[in-house]
Amino acid sequence: MKNNEKTTNIFLSGVGGQGAILASNILGEVFLKAGYDVKKAEVHGMAQRGGDVTTHFRFGKKVYSPLIKYGDVDFLLSFELLEAMRYINWVKPEGKIIINKQQIYPPAVNLGLMKYPEDVEKTFKKFFKDNVWVVDGQGIARSLGNLQAANVVLVGAFSNFFPELKPEQFIDAIKGLLAPKLHDLNIKAFYEGRKAL
Amino acid sequence: MKKEIMQGNAAIARGAWEAGVKVAAAYPGTPSSEILREFAENYPDIYAEWAPNEKVALEVASGAAIAGVRAMASMKHVGLNVAADPLMTLAYTGIKGGLVIVVADDPNVHSSQNEQDSRNWTRFGKVPMLEPGDGQECKDFTKIAYEISEQFDTPVLLRSETRVSHSDSPVVLEDRVEPKIVPGLDPKEAPKYVMVPMNVRVRRKFVEERMKKLEEYANTFKYNIMEINDTSVGVISSGVSYMYTKEVFPEWSYLKLGMVWPLPKKLITEFAKKVKKIVIVEELDPFFETEIKAMGIKIWHGKDVIPNMYELSPEIIEKALKGKKYKEPKIRVKPEDLPRRPPNLCAGCSHRPLFYALKKLGAFVFGDIGCYTLATAPPLQAIHTTICMGAGVGQAHGAMKALGKEWLGKVVAVLGDSTFLHGGVTPLMDIVYNKGNATTIILDNMITGMTGHQEHPGTGFTARQEPTHMIDYAELGKALGVKSIRHVDPYNIKETMDIIKEEMNKDEPSLIICKDSPCMLLRRAKPLERFKYPFYFVDNDKCRGCKMCLEINCPAISWKEGEGQTKDGHKRKGTAYINKDQCVGCEVCVQICKFEAIVPGTK
Ligand SMILES: Cc1ncc(C[n+]2csc(CCOP(=O)(O)OP(=O)(O)O)c2C)c(N)n1
Ligand code: SF4
Ligand code: SF4
Repeated sequence: MKNNEKTTNIFLSGVGGQGAILASNILGEVFLKAGYDVKKAEVHGMAQRGGDVTTHFRFGKKVYSPLIKYGDVDFLLSFELLEAMRYINWVKPEGKIIINKQQIYPPAVNLGLMKYPEDVEKTFKKFFKDNVWVVDGQGIARSLGNLQAANVVLVGAFSNFFPELKPEQFIDAIKGLLAPKLHDLNIKAFYEGRKAL
Repeated sequence: MKKEIMQGNAAIARGAWEAGVKVAAAYPGTPSSEILREFAENYPDIYAEWAPNEKVALEVASGAAIAGVRAMASMKHVGLNVAADPLMTLAYTGIKGGLVIVVADDPNVHSSQNEQDSRNWTRFGKVPMLEPGDGQECKDFTKIAYEISEQFDTPVLLRSETRVSHSDSPVVLEDRVEPKIVPGLDPKEAPKYVMVPMNVRVRRKFVEERMKKLEEYANTFKYNIMEINDTSVGVISSGVSYMYTKEVFPEWSYLKLGMVWPLPKKLITEFAKKVKKIVIVEELDPFFETEIKAMGIKIWHGKDVIPNMYELSPEIIEKALKGKKYKEPKIRVKPEDLPRRPPNLCAGCSHRPLFYALKKLGAFVFGDIGCYTLATAPPLQAIHTTICMGAGVGQAHGAMKALGKEWLGKVVAVLGDSTFLHGGVTPLMDIVYNKGNATTIILDNMITGMTGHQEHPGTGFTARQEPTHMIDYAELGKALGVKSIRHVDPYNIKETMDIIKEEMNKDEPSLIICKDSPCMLLRRAKPLERFKYPFYFVDNDKCRGCKMCLEINCPAISWKEGEGQTKDGHKRKGTAYINKDQCVGCEVCVQICKFEAIVPGTK
């Protein structure tokens, strides 16, 4: 497993309450158990009060900086369209982008002072061509009967980019991090997400 | 060997536990708060308490240390300003059991009122300081800090910062080892602890000798690490700044200082001889740079290119050191064109109607620090100063003394419950004692909201969630000599305005306490039960699109554009809209709407 000398940079972005933190915790467990060094920096200043949340997640043989270098993101995993757009410049030209279709209006849009960007998907495709995947996390989670699981749907979709890792490794992490009564739902969410790409 | 991903703060707590710490005290402050929370939740071996402020926290911890057990006080950078008084003299007395003071800086002020560099305390206070750069170092440095503390009879500062405290990385877990010192107090040790001039002079000399010995120790300290690679450039750095630099320039040579102070002068001189050019990378002040230049060592780059404000990052360091050779990533979308997502008071938060009332009254508000500071943002814009915890009360008094009675009715001090107990009691005493007439409002939401819900002497619970005495603010005010003490229900805007106005107009000290207004996130207080209806909605037949309700900035209320008219024929450009999933039914907007267009809903 330790053949990858280079550090991989994953940038997670979303809005407080979307569960981006759980998603990054799952990744942390998975890559640590797979034998990598891991560093993760969360910026959640006042997320509880509706602000944006970002996590810099890095894994590799030896990781020094907890922060990803601007412009060096390999994977942008975003839970919300505007929060994906906000970090578009961070992604490497050959980087991959996985976006949840959800829109959460910020106050300026709610108050009619600014427009919500309409063309997020198109903008990403313009710059990153086929390296853009859009997932309907809410739709899938709703079909499973619980919107809360949208974050794990996204993790499931994202797991496809690491063929060397088995689904069981993710499931173990999910089980380790969540209360038993949430296991079934989230395991289903993971597999549905995995099928979605 | 068990390895776990841990947050830096959790790793500091783990290190303290492994080192055999018995007593820990803290006052919350981002990014340090999780350290004490860890003790309270996960380490029953450690007595853990939330103190009313940082000075008390350090006094509690140092008392335990003098009694011979290992102790920790933790705080954010500005907390050490408050605790500086005990620190500066504890530096002389020393301790018996190890004493470590964690101070967490906040470069780039993610959540603070200033950006001070705590490394300056170590030189000023004549105590050593260690600086970890990731989780494993947080744990290891905490443990060795206790050894240093006991070996050299000194408090030790452990400096963290946002990117260390709030980053997660793998940490190897070890067992707890009980310290060897036998706890107890001995009156014969008084000369060491009674800092009267005669004894001070003795300890003063001890301090200088101790710092010399520590400098010797620093030269061989195992976390002052020299890495010799390409010798064309040698970087001197510490903590997370080292991590960033190593990431961008892995090929260079490094001297990584685990101990920030005292500096290992011999080691630095040796390193300088091994490399051609020296670069100093440090966040905030030129602390190393000033010292190393004073040693007569020539520096190629330091603060001439590395910024001395905000935080560092890999790209900032790369850009600074590569200059024109740095390739700026392509701008695909201008982020400044996108709508921002600023934090906001929660739907239903009792601070919202209170500040709306103050705005309507046109008062000048000497504010303070807490969730309520969010009321400074548009559209509320109802806080006019924020300096440090408790400051507003003394300032309102000073302003009233300066301006005289014509200003009665126009000035008020407002602060949160935790903030009041931290630093608001003594200035309120001052107002009474010096015959002032300022009005103070305590926003009692029954918890320390802003920093993530820590208990305090007014909540009725300890850090370990045991029920305890709960301060009665009115009784406290009475004991201080305040005669005019009122309670207000902030959710009743009209009544709140009347009472505040009356009190501001009185030529005597007044204290107003918000009652029955718990934080929306404080589940045990059942904040939603006080509201009559689960949510409200906008009646489109009645909404005239006047936008008055938008003035309170409730996250549940938005604007829907669209020409139209009310049922009785009033033209409008759009309507307000309430998201019923976000609305909690606090009824604040209802009181603002002049057209009775906001009506209750049922679930
Ligand atoms: C000296 C100092 N210590 C700690 C802090 C961190 N801090 C900022 S606001 C706050 C508490 C606010 O609680 P409260 O006054 O109850 O208001 P709330 O957030 O609940 O509205 C704390 C601890 C600080 N800014 N300064
Ligand atoms: S956390 Fe509590 S005090 Fe802070 S904004 Fe929300 S309701 Fe208000
Ligand atoms: S009642 Fe009005 S102010 Fe209160 S939460 Fe609902 S929409 Fe917001």
